[in-house]
Amino acid sequence: MPELLSVKNLKIEATSYPPGEPPKVVTLVEDVSFDLQKGKVLGLIGESGAGKSTIGLSALAYGRGGCRITGGQVLLNGRDILKLGRGGINSVRGRHVCYVAQSAAAAFNPAHKLGDQVIEASLRHGIMNREEATKRALYLFRVLGLPNPETFGDRYPHQVSGGQLQRAMTAMALCPNPELIVFDEPTTALDVTTQIDVLAAIKHAIEETDTAALYITHDLAVVAQISDDIMVLRHGKTVEYGTTKQVIEAPREEYTRALVSVRQAKRDEAPDQTDTLLKIEHVHAGYANGFKVLHDVSMHLPKGQTLAIVGESGSGKSTLARVITGLLPPSEGRITFEGKELPKALKGRTNDELRRIQMIYQMADTAMNPRQTVREIVGRPLSFYFGMHGAKKTERVKELLDQIEMGTRFLDRYPAELSGGQKQRVAIARALAAQPELILCDEPTSALDPLVAEGILNLLLKLQEETAVSYVFITHDIAIVRAIADSVAVMHRGRLVRFGPKSKVLSPPFDDYTDLLLKSVPEMEIGWLEKVLKTRRMESAGN
Amino acid sequence: MNLRSIPFSAWIGIIGIAIALLCALFAPFLAPFGEREVVGDIWLPAGGDFLLGTDNLGRDLLSRLIYGARTTIFVALAATVLSFALGMILSFTAAVTGGFVDQFFSRFNDLMMAVPTLIFALVVLAVLPQHLWILVLVMAVLDSTRVFRIGRAVALDVAVMEFVEAARLRGEGNIWIIFREILPNTLSPLLAEFGLRFAFSILFLSTLSFLGLGIQPPAADWGGMVKDNKDGIIFGISAALIPGAAIAALAICVNLVVDWLMKRTSSLKGGRGDA
Repeated sequence: MPELLSVKNLKIEATSYPPGEPPKVVTLVEDVSFDLQKGKVLGLIGESGAGKSTIGLSALAYGRGGCRITGGQVLLNGRDILKLGRGGINSVRGRHVCYVAQSAAAAFNPAHKLGDQVIEASLRHGIMNREEATKRALYLFRVLGLPNPETFGDRYPHQVSGGQLQRAMTAMALCPNPELIVFDEPTTALDVTTQIDVLAAIKHAIEETDTAALYITHDLAVVAQISDDIMVLRHGKTVEYGTTKQVIEAPREEYTRALVSVRQAKRDEAPDQTDTLLKIEHVHAGYANGFKVLHDVSMHLPKGQTLAIVGESGSGKSTLARVITGLLPPSEGRITFEGKELPKALKGRTNDELRRIQMIYQMADTAMNPRQTVREIVGRPLSFYFGMHGAKKTERVKELLDQIEMGTRFLDRYPAELSGGQKQRVAIARALAAQPELILCDEPTSALDPLVAEGILNLLLKLQEETAVSYVFITHDIAIVRAIADSVAVMHRGRLVRFGPKSKVLSPPFDDYTDLLLKSVPEMEIGWLEKVLKTRRMESAGN
Repeated sequence: MNLRSIPFSAWIGIIGIAIALLCALFAPFLAPFGEREVVGDIWLPAGGDFLLGTDNLGRDLLSRLIYGARTTIFVALAATVLSFALGMILSFTAAVTGGFVDQFFSRFNDLMMAVPTLIFALVVLAVLPQHLWILVLVMAVLDSTRVFRIGRAVALDVAVMEFVEAARLRGEGNIWIIFREILPNTLSPLLAEFGLRFAFSILFLSTLSFLGLGIQPPAADWGGMVKDNKDGIIFGISAALIPGAAIAALAICVNLVVDWLMKRTSSLKGGRGDA
């Protein structure tokens, strides 16, 4: 069978301009080769900065933001598309090769109806007339399982949900009947329950239309469901390239093995869950405009243990954290900390009460003042709560940096000089500096690459052992819950669905929502998607 | 930071400002003649006894320029610094506290801005006694309305960031949040505004002097000197251009320094490796 796409020894470079130094040429991708046959799917997988999007875009002969394809060939049906001129490449893009971006919300023009945007490429390339194109769009909306396919095209982007938008974008890519589609992390920004629907829809649609695809993601479990072959990338180089079965079941390289085994950690829950530290009783909360977010939420957390709060976006889990911190006073209910009721609002709490509850945010970037050095960031709680200063403070900051497994050489760095994982570690050190009894972790690992995230989780567990601190861990990721939680609270639309020790919450009998949630988490197993789809209703077609 | 990291353009600015400040401080020693002394014929050309010629009353231009540096720089700088102090404190307080305080300050600011600056200044200065500090105060208050606008806008952007929330959760007071969390992150746009406002202050001062409500003659100030000598331009005498050039040079020097400071403060790596 002839190759549809054949990439040979691809080399991509960019020029960086470090201030005060001469411009430097950086090699982003080096010596990457792969083949793709008609109707097959190749998964490109790697951490951020691995060059996977850059490689994906090379299939459209496009270099984003100053990237230049400087070597190798990209053969589409035997023709090197890198050698086509501007006019030549325009007749390939959007006709033979289409692109699905990560954030559909940002990729659609909010001023035009979805239907018009979906058929635009087909009309522009003169592949079909409006009537044919509209008919094809309708067919694709059906295939992709969109609700009310007849009228879906009349809506504007803001009128549909994120999952629907991502499917509409897939329809847009499929509409001109291309030979190849590049999917750039199409489900990364979606909730797990939505992700599985979109994933199933994409898989169904590319099978139905017999289109080949490059599927870019950082989640090996996702790519295992959809692709025939997998290429693992790191620092712009190929680590491993093989069939999905081989890569998942018998990885050859150390790095691939690490990727496969990540998120498999499990921890037994603490047997004794009686010594209560934090107790939330019948809390209702909402915003000033009358929008009520939390309805009658009650849970509790024993000392030195971890309570995971799970739910999809909009379930009210972050709002609950704001209620605990006092940023959003609850309208009803009470919160007890160590047997004493906490004042509802932040203003009413004493410094000591504030000290005992610390917080770690999802985005370490915005959670730290970019104008303060690590020394100042970590040192401030020390002087604020304990009145430390001078050598004693520096000594303690160094200790804390050791505790988070970062050396003292980071003392005078600014956050912009740290990597994502290091930033999150500094944020943890800042929380630890206050010697808290409870740390609220608001999705601290969801913005990080899997291996880095695993490092952070292990650090949190180690710190819990050392200092007996308790965590409230907010997440949407069941794998994390399995790895660290003692008790679990499942939230859905502002209500508590299920609460109890981990073993109880995560084992049957399930209520409908928990069942849906658990079944939606991709597992590192080929054929998992089909298995799940059989047992699971397409409930969230509305997503 | 070391001296070598200061770029060439900033050095020009620093030297220019240093010369102006030296003139202001040591005017009596530097000036060849007295400030108010009539020493020769009117509008004598440059050269000879009078390095820059004489003005419309026969006073030495160079001496008046040197003495003028005193009043001009002092009044303009004091007014700008004061307006920034006032505008920034009020605007940051408004942005951090929000609610009623924010509404009150902002609407009062709108009210102030609704009255044309010059007319406002004229009325107020005509009513109040003519003291230098009153002049500075009036200029500062009027200018601070503009600073308030910008200050509130940039501070609001920073005030919603999570690190400010983290500081609140720590129990920090408003003073810390304003000066340690927000101020360092808003310096760049405010510094840019400072350079501009300083130049405007000099111009505003000369406008007021021109209308007879600024620096009172016979005291010298650069704006007033332009006014005194403006009639000479009709006869092809360039005496008015010399204080004008001084104003321009000072404004450029201040902005060169501000540009450099801005580059330093806008770097998120503490100015390391920055030009």
